[in-house]
Amino acid sequence: MITGSAPWRGTAWAVGKLGLSGRTLVIAIPMLWLLVFFLAPFFVLGRISLAEAIIARPPYTPMFERGPDGSLEIIASLENYRFLLTDALYRNAYLSSIRIAAVSTIFALLIGYPMAYFIARAPEPRRSLLLLLVILPFWTSFLLRVYAWMGFLRTNGVINNMLMGMGVIDQPLVMMQTDFAVYIGIVYTYLPFMILPLYANLTKLDGALLEAASDLGASPVVTFFTVTLPLSLPGIVAGSMLVFIPAIGEYVIPALLGGPDTLMIGRVLWDEFFGSRDWPVASAVAIVMLVLVVAPIMWLQSVQNRRGAD
Amino acid sequence: MRGWFLPVAVLLGFIFLYAPIISLVVFSFNDSRLVTVWGGFSTRWYGELLNDRQIMGAAWVSLKVAFFSATLATVIGTLGAFVLTRFSRFTGRLLLTGMITAPLVMPEVITGLSLLLLFISMELTLGWPAGRGMVTVIIAHTTFCAAFVAVIAQSRLRSMDESLEEAARDLGAGPVRVFFDVTLPVIAPALVSGWLLAFTLSLDDLVIASFVTGPGASTLPMVIFSKVRLGVSPDVNALATIIIGFVFVAVLAAGWLMRKQMSKGL
Repeated sequence: MITGSAPWRGTAWAVGKLGLSGRTLVIAIPMLWLLVFFLAPFFVLGRISLAEAIIARPPYTPMFERGPDGSLEIIASLENYRFLLTDALYRNAYLSSIRIAAVSTIFALLIGYPMAYFIARAPEPRRSLLLLLVILPFWTSFLLRVYAWMGFLRTNGVINNMLMGMGVIDQPLVMMQTDFAVYIGIVYTYLPFMILPLYANLTKLDGALLEAASDLGASPVVTFFTVTLPLSLPGIVAGSMLVFIPAIGEYVIPALLGGPDTLMIGRVLWDEFFGSRDWPVASAVAIVMLVLVVAPIMWLQSVQNRRGAD
Repeated sequence: MRGWFLPVAVLLGFIFLYAPIISLVVFSFNDSRLVTVWGGFSTRWYGELLNDRQIMGAAWVSLKVAFFSATLATVIGTLGAFVLTRFSRFTGRLLLTGMITAPLVMPEVITGLSLLLLFISMELTLGWPAGRGMVTVIIAHTTFCAAFVAVIAQSRLRSMDESLEEAARDLGAGPVRVFFDVTLPVIAPALVSGWLLAFTLSLDDLVIASFVTGPGASTLPMVIFSKVRLGVSPDVNALATIIIGFVFVAVLAAGWLMRKQMSKGL
């Protein structure tokens, strides 16, 4: 031990000399980084959401102001939140984000479940290959995968050219800049997030249960709906959350594939910030959105905790 | 779920996953400017791409940002994971657990906006960071990538045989030496995949970078986004093909290496 490798001994010595225990230092690095760059931003966000937009640098009212008698006054108002809750645009944006995310999640489940089931049942070398094929697109650029659908769904795009060539339709279908295109974009980009938890769940499924069901005379369809599906519920919930939560805040997909009337809250926030330059309202939009995202996660956690307690 | 239904559904699923990517690749070799009408084989868009200074410059910015963010995120994510798996009691443990996993589910627009507002407030009160650019993008990317590294590192640290560390301690090694000589070599493969994931995520991010960057530090996704917003453009197809080709080769190579390692019994 005395002939320890020099650099590590040097570090240990320096740490000791500073009067810090190494343990404290190791805890402090990730802790401080996240306190400053993850937690603190939310306080700034909350504080600016209580301000008012003004034409200045920075473009919002200060938090403290000297009153006429020299006393320090705190300026904070819930006006922005009242505005969000009463203005139809924002209300509709929140509601339609939830609707679009929910519809996309259901489609992702319908497409992802058979794939996860098939892969979980496949024999080994083929199983790894199929799993790799599911994950592979995820490693390529998200933006470029959304872009690929622009070429597919356009009026003179691949799908319309193909259908017209086959004589199925004689007028090109309008698919770009619709909610339909946004559903496709979300399902497409988040499908691996649905398949992976389902796959992890379905591989753990005990084959003996399925055998027992069929020995007792249940048809494959009945076995699926009474045994497999209920047992895979945790996988369904986990996969749905992984699609639903990021879909709510999505910006790129509605911006590229959606029409001007496709309202999604991520897009509204972006436009409010970069377009109208109203920072306080944009901050309030973000805080309300945060609540929307945190609520389903808390619900999921409490469900899991209850399961764990049983 | 027997018979024809399942295989057909799976086949359609894979067609859904791959058809857009394949068409992107095919049309990148299209001579026609009309992106979806075939006009003969050509590599002209690749030539135009290489001469596009804006795209090449942005690609270089993105690669630098991704390299530094992935490296910093690996250090911070690994430290966080180590602390959470090896120290059972310390002040703020619950807080750290929450802070290190929350970025995984945080919508990008919120992360981007809140970090930008933080940077601006810091500049007003502390004078740092002066303006925004590559440094602020690296800080932002490090923060959300560290969460992904931490998840990977945590699962590896949990599954590793802790008696190795114990044995080293019994033989008199200090905590620092145990970490660098025993723990680190064991979890290194997991950290490599964490670094690669962080690198990919940083390279891919449009939303957070758009919020926190400044003049002169446009990343590749920002340039692509401003191009494709106006419609489909053939040189973006060429760029996409290069990226897809690179990723496919890298992932297949990684898979092959992992298989080789596993067959060696490691």
